[in-house]
Amino acid sequence: MEIKKVIEELKVKFKDDITEFSKQFGDDVIRVKRESLRDIVRFLKKTPHNFAMLLDLTCVDYMGEEPRFEMVYHLYSISNKNRLRIKIRLDENDLKIDSLTSLWGNANWLEREVFDMFGVHFNEHPDLRRLFMYDGFEGYPLRKDYPLRKRQPIIPMRYEDAD
Amino acid sequence: MGRIKPRHHYPEERKYKGGFFTTKLNYVMGWGRKFSLFHYPFITACCGMEYMSAACAHWDFDRFGVGMTTFSPRQSDMLFVVGTISQKEAPVLRTVYEQMCEPKWVIACGACTLSGGIYDNYAVVQGIDKIIPVDVFIPGCPPRPETILDAIEKLQDKIQYQQQDWRWKSKK
Repeated sequence: MEIKKVIEELKVKFKDDITEFSKQFGDDVIRVKRESLRDIVRFLKKTPHNFAMLLDLTCVDYMGEEPRFEMVYHLYSISNKNRLRIKIRLDENDLKIDSLTSLWGNANWLEREVFDMFGVHFNEHPDLRRLFMYDGFEGYPLRKDYPLRKRQPIIPMRYEDAD
Repeated sequence: MGRIKPRHHYPEERKYKGGFFTTKLNYVMGWGRKFSLFHYPFITACCGMEYMSAACAHWDFDRFGVGMTTFSPRQSDMLFVVGTISQKEAPVLRTVYEQMCEPKWVIACGACTLSGGIYDNYAVVQGIDKIIPVDVFIPGCPPRPETILDAIEKLQDKIQYQQQDWRWKSKK
């Protein structure tokens, strides 16, 4: 099934939930309302469109824009050789989105990474802890307002920097 | 039948004329220690490739008496820190260093180990001398195996001429 047919079907079925259809870097992009993410994604996975693979799940910090954060999902259909990108804007004061762990197992650690680096909370995530940074680390290091030279060592250093 | 002659036959007068030499205990201990360095490779990143080629047949730092690789810090004299050390790994490195028996020496190999290198960010320790004392620094990204050999020679010079520590001598 071609990607054009997938887009056509989405346009009919989720008319109110998808705000924008576009193309970027050779892939189709859809902008989605936050509440309907799980329905759209389940539709894409379970129907013959068969987007069986979650390639990547990440977040972007557009500081100074409103809303500030953007979640990006990359889906791939192995049987149909189709790619699709889903984008959702999130407001800084309400950083919550549905977890996709029930659909793809690898979403578990990807969402933990996003939680670790950006502080986005995932509803119904089975084990939402930091993935890379250690216990006691304060703040979210990939946010644009995290200070570049801020260090949070676990053990005390033998000396401090001159600057 | 004639007598069988010993294979190495020396005249009687030369037999007991053994030579001797004098030296200082400090010097001879240094000489012994510098050629029997057991090293513990603490390898975390791509500099490890250069370490491997320095250790293998082509450059072969076994020629300098550093060939024995131990994977127990308790049986090693020299800690070879090769690669980026993150903040999360710093307690591990400190523990490995503390588990080593005296006397012990540390070589830091590569730009990331010395100063954090290109990783000037939240995750990386900006130089391992903030965690443990270091004897020789090897710059380079990555350093050539020749540089590693040069560092080993410099460390051996240091060991040769330093004040030696031994167990019946009171430690300062």
